[in-house]
Amino acid sequence: MSSYAVAFVVGGLMCVLAQLVLDLTRLTAAHVMVLFVVLGAVAGGLGLYQPLVEFAGAGAMVPLPSFGNAVFQGIMEDVDTRGFIAVFTGGLTAAAWGITSAILFGWLVAALFNPKG
Amino acid sequence: MVQASREQARRYQAFVRQYHPPRPVLRNCVLAFLVGGTICAIGQGLLNLFMVQGLPLKEATGPALAVLVAMGALLTGLGVYDDIGRIGGMGAALPISGFANAITAPALEFKREGYVFGIGQRLFQIAGPVVVYGMVAAVAMATIRIVLGLTGTGGAP
Repeated sequence: MSSYAVAFVVGGLMCVLAQLVLDLTRLTAAHVMVLFVVLGAVAGGLGLYQPLVEFAGAGAMVPLPSFGNAVFQGIMEDVDTRGFIAVFTGGLTAAAWGITSAILFGWLVAALFNPKG
Repeated sequence: MVQASREQARRYQAFVRQYHPPRPVLRNCVLAFLVGGTICAIGQGLLNLFMVQGLPLKEATGPALAVLVAMGALLTGLGVYDDIGRIGGMGAALPISGFANAITAPALEFKREGYVFGIGQRLFQIAGPVVVYGMVAAVAMATIRIVLGLTGTGGAP
């Protein structure tokens, strides 16, 4: 049960941080989303994000900073075996599930449903 | 036309601000915490579900996130995710289901402009910048680490 509590609290706190940036600055929600993805990549590069993933599970993997971190981790894992060229391949491999499912399900819903209101 | 001086403009802004309701920051944060936390807990449930099926954590992550994406897209199509977003603010936008919402909502809204310039183009209206800057930042961080001779992913440099 505690893995749920940790995921709830860590994921929730990350959303609070994003909400504070939204409310206390003039940035829009889209700006905040971009900012947090970049922060995730930077935190990953500094070796800070992966420990959070191990601690909080989905609490760190579901929010958007995880995307930036996952792309970074994917590149570095590939670099270990294939060298610098992996900078061009490892990132999208790591993000494949998220990007492919988002395009696929987003397209399907847009094609099948009609806009409300 | 009479040009307002900088001082007048500043005073006018201050005057207008008096009549704006203050942003309910505390309330927004509590709701963001509850909504974002709930979505992450659902994600943890999906993760545990796939791990019970025998997948290691690394391989369970993708399917669990894909289910959240599918739920986010479907709830957007049903018009429910907009309500969740109005309540939860960044608590609904920051989880990956919010990313799915950001992909689906503009595509749906501009559907009448066709499959290429409507759906196909608008899918990336918000997701485009997110993917672009995530990729640029991650490649930059990776390049810095490689140049500094720090390979491997774990631990601080």
